[in-house]
Amino acid sequence: MEDMIQMDRTMSTQQDIKIEAKNVQVYYGDNHAIKDVDVQIADKTVTAFIGPSGCGKSTFLRCINRMNDTIDVCRVTGDILLDGEDIYDPKVDPVQLRAKVGMVFQKPNPFPKSIYDNVAYGPKIHGLARDKTDLDEIVEKSLRKAALWNEVKDRLNAPGTGMSGGQQQRLCIARAIATAPEVLLMDEPCSALDPIATAQVEELIDELRQSFSVVIVTHSMQQAARVSQKTAFFHLGNLVEFDDTDKIFTNPQDPRTESYISGRIG
Amino acid sequence: MTTSLLTTDARTKKRNAAEARFKAYGLGAIIVAMLALVILLTSVLGNGLSSFQQTFISLNVELPEDKLDKSGVRDISVMSKVTTIGYAPILRNALLATLEEQGIETDLSNKEISNMISKEAAATVRNRVLGSPDLVGQTVQFDVLASGRIDGFFKGRVTMESAALDGNTSPEALEIAQALADAGIMQTKFNWNFFVWPDASDQRPEAAGIGVAILGSLYMMLIVLCLALPIGVASSIYLEEFAPKNRWTDVIEVNISNLAAVPSIVFGILGLAIFINFMEFNQSSPLVGGLVLTLMTLPTIIISTRAALKSVPPSIRDAALGVGASKMQSVFHHVLPLAAPGILTGTIIGLAQALGETAPLLLIGMVAFVREYPAAFTPESGLFGEASTALPVQVYNWTQRADPGFVERASGAIITLLVFLLIMNAVAIYLRRRFERRW
Ligand SMILES: Nc1ncnc2c1ncn2[C@@H]1O[C@H](COP(=O)(O)OP(=O)(O)O)[C@@H](O)[C@H]1O
Ligand SMILES: [Mg+2]
Repeated sequence: MEDMIQMDRTMSTQQDIKIEAKNVQVYYGDNHAIKDVDVQIADKTVTAFIGPSGCGKSTFLRCINRMNDTIDVCRVTGDILLDGEDIYDPKVDPVQLRAKVGMVFQKPNPFPKSIYDNVAYGPKIHGLARDKTDLDEIVEKSLRKAALWNEVKDRLNAPGTGMSGGQQQRLCIARAIATAPEVLLMDEPCSALDPIATAQVEELIDELRQSFSVVIVTHSMQQAARVSQKTAFFHLGNLVEFDDTDKIFTNPQDPRTESYISGRIG
Repeated sequence: MTTSLLTTDARTKKRNAAEARFKAYGLGAIIVAMLALVILLTSVLGNGLSSFQQTFISLNVELPEDKLDKSGVRDISVMSKVTTIGYAPILRNALLATLEEQGIETDLSNKEISNMISKEAAATVRNRVLGSPDLVGQTVQFDVLASGRIDGFFKGRVTMESAALDGNTSPEALEIAQALADAGIMQTKFNWNFFVWPDASDQRPEAAGIGVAILGSLYMMLIVLCLALPIGVASSIYLEEFAPKNRWTDVIEVNISNLAAVPSIVFGILGLAIFINFMEFNQSSPLVGGLVLTLMTLPTIIISTRAALKSVPPSIRDAALGVGASKMQSVFHHVLPLAAPGILTGTIIGLAQALGETAPLLLIGMVAFVREYPAAFTPESGLFGEASTALPVQVYNWTQRADPGFVERASGAIITLLVFLLIMNAVAIYLRRRFERRW
């Protein structure tokens, strides 16, 4: 009987699991940057990765869309499953994967092109639009989702690099969601932004949760507490603790987590 | 004890003095460089500007049928039996007649009168007559070249004193020339033909031009552009964006840097061995010259292209890969357009270098005396296979000649070369300004 209930629970959680990492190791040459990480990331939630600088948050995030492939010395072992499919399978083309798993970087990096072209680029190369009106629609929808449409609708042909930092970051978010990804990875998306722009982006992240599974790396614990439902704490390449966000912040199980959130390691 | 801000302390004084000294050194270096440039330009311009002007004599030439057309029916094959030597007396007589008409007295010998007219003039008249035989029997007005000495007199190169010691002219001849100039019959005017005419033999600097040299240089630049740019850019993109970073790519990188530093004459030896001796392309041909210059320019283009690619921020590549672009798409859609101004500048600077290169061309025989305009293609010699010369080699060639008239020609060719280089650099700067985008 108990077995049955157990089964049931795993079944129901399994449905919601978007990404599952099993026994992931990452090496930069001889540097063992990620050690034995197992994690399950749920769909339509915001998951925050926190931890001191250099603990491997970015490294692990970049494993999820295989951006680490571009680093020659980087080697990844273990399994990362997206919807149950191993993304490191030799048959998987990272280009296809990255259309499904979008990424927003720490420093806003719009292409030195017009706002329109920035957003339209992804859909264009993936053939998501049948014609110009289709493309216009995608661009508008993405910019609306990124809460940028009202600010830029009159100057879609202006260069994306000419906007403020916060606008540029929201443009990058619009660009990432224009390819209709299922997962959105964000690596410290607010670290280059002022508090007002940060608040806007945070609000945006909360809305994006409706459509995507969002994974955000942040060095700000307040931010993690504000935007995420799940939090993972990394330390020296290990995933120390992974739980509901309020649990991590109110009742951490591991002493390392406790000392980090109370400001003793940082 | 507090120190006042109104008095500078010893440390600050020393620091300021060092800074002032450094600025002075820099300024000094720039002044020396500017001075050298000014001296170079004044000397070249002073010597060479006059080559764009030429002295012509306006003569009414009687073309007697009994001398020029023995057949009497304008049969070209008969008419062409009369060589340029046969035309010389006709021109001399025309000049004598003009002198008489103007009331200019002379006791110069026929030979000395002939010496006032360029030896090229007879050939010019002959070509004209053979071109339109109907002229025979008429009196036709020709603007013929004055000889180099007379031309030099009007440009200040030949003086009465130097003429007294000169076997090719005399003070009396110069006086007559002056009288003809006063009468408006002898005129020094802009000489467009300098850019069109081919080289001329040792005795006739007044007829020498840089037409063949410009054409040869143009052909070679075309070859360099068509080969070095695509090969250079493709290999840079491969090395910079695709090649794994390992020992082999390091070795290649070091070798390319070393190639850029190899003396150009070595490329000439290489070209001689490979393209002429082994592949048996024609000597002196723009094809061989262009290939050698391509080899020479490649490292320059590769190095500047790689620098341009490196200067594109990696965040742009990440951004492109992040939205699911392939490596190739990220390079061709984003990185390359941003690197283009740098690549173009590097290419143009490489081309400018190649345009001014002399040593390797000497080795592959481009120093030959060429009077025929090389065709871009002929069935016998192939593409760019006809003998030619090039601008810098023409300069070298002319500075070797005895007649002082060629010093002027050489300087004129240098000015032309410098103008081409200036234009190329201006284009490079313009392109960089025009296409440079900030991020
Ligand atoms: N491109 C790289 N090459 C080599 N080592 C790297 C590279 N990126 C990160 N590392 C190393 O991996 C470890 C984790 O880095 P990172 O994931 O950037 O940490 P975080 O994002 O948590 O600050 C660090 O020790 C860092 O030195
Ligand atoms: Mg990081």
